[in-house]
Formats: sequence, C-alpha cells, structure tokens
Amino acid sequence: MSAARRCCPPRALAAGLFVWRLRNTGVPQVPCRFVHLYRVANNRLITFQYFNFLKRMYVTQCNKDLSQRAKPKSDSVVSPFHELQQLDQEKKVVHKISPVSPETSSRNELREMKSAAETEDSVIPVGAESKEDRQWKEMRLRLDDLPGVLARLSKIKLTALVVSTTSAGFAMAPVPFELTCFLLASLGTGLASCAANSINQFFEVPFDSNMSRTKNRPLVRGQISPLLAVCFAASCGIPGIALLTLGVNPLTGALGAFNIFLYTCCYTPLKRMSIANTWVGAVVGAIPPMGWTAATGSLDAGALLLGGILYSWQFPHFNALSWGLREDYSRGGYCMMSVTHPGLCRRVALRHCLALIGLSMVAPVLNITTWTFPIISLPINLYISYLGFRFYRDADRSSSRKLFFCSLWHLPMLLLVMLTCKKPALEKEDKGDLPGGSQETAMEIRLP
Amino acid sequence: MAAARVLRAGACRRRLLLSSASSSASSSASSASSSGGSRAAERGEWPDGAGLGFRPPAHSHSDWIGPPDQHSNLRPVIFYVPPEESALERRLREARQEAQASNQRFWARHNRAFRQEKEEFIYSRLKAKGLEMRDESGHKATLNAEEMADFYKDFLSKNLKKHLQYNRDWYKHNFRITFLMGQVALVRALRWLRWRKKNVEQ
Repeated sequence: MSAARRCCPPRALAAGLFVWRLRNTGVPQVPCRFVHLYRVANNRLITFQYFNFLKRMYVTQCNKDLSQRAKPKSDSVVSPFHELQQLDQEKKVVHKISPVSPETSSRNELREMKSAAETEDSVIPVGAESKEDRQWKEMRLRLDDLPGVLARLSKIKLTALVVSTTSAGFAMAPVPFELTCFLLASLGTGLASCAANSINQFFEVPFDSNMSRTKNRPLVRGQISPLLAVCFAASCGIPGIALLTLGVNPLTGALGAFNIFLYTCCYTPLKRMSIANTWVGAVVGAIPPMGWTAATGSLDAGALLLGGILYSWQFPHFNALSWGLREDYSRGGYCMMSVTHPGLCRRVALRHCLALIGLSMVAPVLNITTWTFPIISLPINLYISYLGFRFYRDADRSSSRKLFFCSLWHLPMLLLVMLTCKKPALEKEDKGDLPGGSQETAMEIRLP
Repeated sequence: MAAARVLRAGACRRRLLLSSASSSASSSASSASSSGGSRAAERGEWPDGAGLGFRPPAHSHSDWIGPPDQHSNLRPVIFYVPPEESALERRLREARQEAQASNQRFWARHNRAFRQEKEEFIYSRLKAKGLEMRDESGHKATLNAEEMADFYKDFLSKNLKKHLQYNRDWYKHNFRITFLMGQVALVRALRWLRWRKKNVEQ
C-alpha cells in the first residue's frame, strides 16, 4: 500500500558506497597484526562474492578467503542475476561493516580476530570448509538481528512513505491541527502498513526468491520463520487498527482495515492472475491520505481529491518501473501490463500523468488550496507528462527509467506545494464561499 | 573431500555414510537419506541433506538454510530431527520437506524451460535477421529488451494455467505449515509452563 510500492536502491547510497570503498582501500600499511586484519577485512569488500550476512563470521574466515584466492571462482551457486545480487550485497555492507572497527567491535569479535591472527600461518586442511559450506546459515533468530529483520519484513522505508502521505492528508484537512490526533493517526497507519507488508512477504516467498529485486528478503533467506512473520503482522495490525478506530475515529479505522484486506487478500493474489492488480494496487496507494478523514471524521471531497491524486500518481510510477522488470515478471508468473499489454501500459501511464494536471486544477475549486497551487504545480506536472509522453512514444528502457525517477521526486514536491498553498481557514469564512450545502444555509441567514 | 568431511564430522553421533569418493558421495547420500532419515530420527542425528553436500555441525539443534539453488533459486533447508520428536513435530517437518521438494521441482523445471525457450527464441530471431549466434569478437549475440518483449508475453500466457495451479498448491502448503508451526509452538509453550509450575512447586 503505497506512495512507492516498490523501493529502488537510492543512487546516492550506491555512489556513497563506492566512494567509501575507494577510501578504505587506501589504508596505509602499518606493521601491526591487528590493523593488518582490519585492513584485510576491508580488502575483502573487493571480493564481495564471499560476503556473509552475519557480521561475526567473515572476520574469522577472511584469511581462508585470501589464501584460496588462486582458486578459480565457482559459478555454480551464483544466481543468473549476479550483478544485481552483488549490488544488493554491497549495499548491505554499508550497514554491517562499520561496527567492525577496532574501537567499536565487541570483545567477542576481538577474540575472534585474535584467534584468526594466530591461525593465519597454521596449516589449514584443504577443502575442509569449502566456500559453499560457508554459505549455509543456521536458522536461529538472534535477538540483536531481530530489529533489522523486522524492519526489512515490514518494508520500513515504504511504510515511512505511506505515513508521510497520511500526514500530508491530515495537514491538508481544513480543521485546526491537533497534535495527539495527528500522532495517533500516523502511528496507526504505520502499524497497519507494517502488518500489510509482512503478510505480503509471507505469501510471496518462492516468487520473491526468483526475482532479483526481492531475493534478499528475510523470509526468503530464512532469517525469520513464517509463524513469527504472521505473529508480527498480527501484533502490528491489530493494535494499529484499534488505535485508528478508538483513538482517531471509526471511519479511519475502517479504511485502514479495508486497505490491509485489499492489499493482502486482493492485490497480492491478483498479481498472479490478471492485470487488474495494478488498478487495485493504485486504490491501495490512494487510501493512506485517509489522514484527512482522521482529522475531519468524514470522507468529503477533499479526501477524495487527495486520494485521486495519489491514485493517478501510482500509474506512471509503477508502469515505468515494471517496464524494466519484464523478464523477471514473465519468468515469475506475474501478470503485469508491461508484459501482456505493453501498449496499454504506456497509454495508461500517459493518461494519468495528464490526469494529475486536471486534478491539480480541481483543488482550488473544492476550496482545498488557493489558485496558486495549479499555477505553481503546472511546471512539475507538465514535466512528468512530457516524460510520460516520451515513454509512450519511445517505449524503451531509458525513457521508462526517467519517468520512474521523476515520479519519485514529483509526489513529495506536489504534496509540499499543496501544503504551502493550502487555503487558510479565516479566508474561507470571510469570503463565505463554503463548499456544498453550507453555502445555502449561509445565504438563508443573510436573507431577512 | 570425503576424507576431510569425515575428519570434520567429529566424534559425536554423526552417521558416516561417506566412505567412497566425493563423486559417488551425493548418490550414496541421497539413496541413504530416505532410509537414513528415519533411522537418524530415532537416534536424534542429522540426516544428510539429500545429497546437498553439507553437514551441519553436530552440536547444532536448529535447521540450516543454504545458498540459492542454481536451477530453482530457492534456498534448501536441512531440517533438524530432535531425539524425542513428537508426532506433531514430525508432521510439521514432513510438511516442510514436502513443500520444499514440490517447490524445488516446480521452479527447477520452470526455470529450465524458460532458459531453453529463451535460447530458442533468440536463435530463431537471429536467424531471421541473418545474424550468427556469436559476433566477430566471439561474444554471444543478444536481442534487446524490445525484441525480447514478444517472447516474455508469449511465455507468460503459455504458463498462466500452470502458475494458477502452483499458486493454489503453494498457498495450501504455506497455510498448513504455518498452522502446524503454531500448534507446535503452543504445545511447547504449554509444556514449558507446566515444567515451570512443577519447578516452582518443588
């Protein structure tokens, strides 16, 4: 359920990773065994196919790696998506390697490093522990791994994006801002999103294993059992929905529960049955601006407009992304427009880019924003429509990537502009142009 | 390889099936695993992972998960058989083994078919264009994504029915395994509570 249903690795992070690696290979030669091991541990980054997820393991084994460097790499266990796998693994290195520095490593790791230093020159029985054996992991959940595993299980970055659209919806509502209500709504939405994402991953284990984008998920790697994933989902979802229903209002709670159901029971199975899943998924993404209903307690025109904007945004975002994943979708058995109806895929993306312009025009008519909003948002809406048109016409990888990356900054910027152009409450009362039925009552009062 | 394995196996309770060369090790292991599995279960040993060529350390009491299989991209699991395995726990383990085997069969076959059909498609298209499979520098000639799109669409529509059947099976397996896991966890929790109560009383 999302503003960005599928997260792409941020380019800045990948660039930062390369810079970090280059910097570390330049560590000066210091004749100290301990530092030599630290340097060796960093040099291992270059031979990242030996990367182990458990940080404690690679420090002891790095010597064996280097001693076996002359041995040719066996390709037998490397998946077809070698490049992307390495990219994923490199990414993870950033989070895991930094604790392995002399100052911050635990005593346990220090002991391991020292023992490794001692055995460095000793004879290691050849073939005693092959590279493949090292890739076998014990399926035991360690408590200090748990937060990371749960964060990945609940797709925490995606959840953060969903919560931000909810906050935007809350802030756009034409009522005085209440902090407690805002926090409860955000927390409740976040918990509901975590639950939905966990169940989605629980359902899709063998399919995720076969797609390069998703093959490093916790359930695929066996870092958490399915039972625990379901319990986590229940322990997030039930309090989340309860919080929304009791702490905010029943309408928001109902919307939250409906969204979880739509995502887990409709969208997830439908992905493998028909291309209609994209439209269902767009509705899933459009519901989080229920921050509006959290604030006002009603599903009025403003909420529907905000939902409509998010609904339209999903199409250029997802269709552009799916264009580059056609091989994976085809092999994995996912029914996506980009594979089965490529022409429709591009048409729909363009159509909804143009719809965004139209919806931005409607905002001041409904008294959500001032007239500056369509004017200021016109450049970014026109730009995404232009990229949508290029995608429609060229239908190639570069235009799809441009459209996708544009959609990533387009939505936050649009919401930000909307927030800044929000119609102030006082102005509305002065002008007396209240929407809908209340206008009539205002007129009635004025007449003698 | 086999000799080193034997050395590494250590003293305790490890069934030493591998006395022959490593090439025959996998075949002997796989034939022995089915019969050895039940016997190993009685003695609380690790049954060899059906010719996967990996033995978990003897002291470990948990399952072990391996690198992705080259055909199916699924990670094989070697299940631990505790010495006093209850009937419920055995049902759980067998359900998981069955699901793993069925998934492995499906995806290995499916991925192999995909690769083969892709090669055939590329070959036929290159032939139609009048090009060779390898260009001047000896690299394999490939088609770009737009040309491959026809193949992807075709492959997906051909296999849709197969996928629908597999989805149903997978969901059934998944729910059954998770439900059994829940039952096992509940039984263990109750047992632990009873043990605690007995200890407190004493």
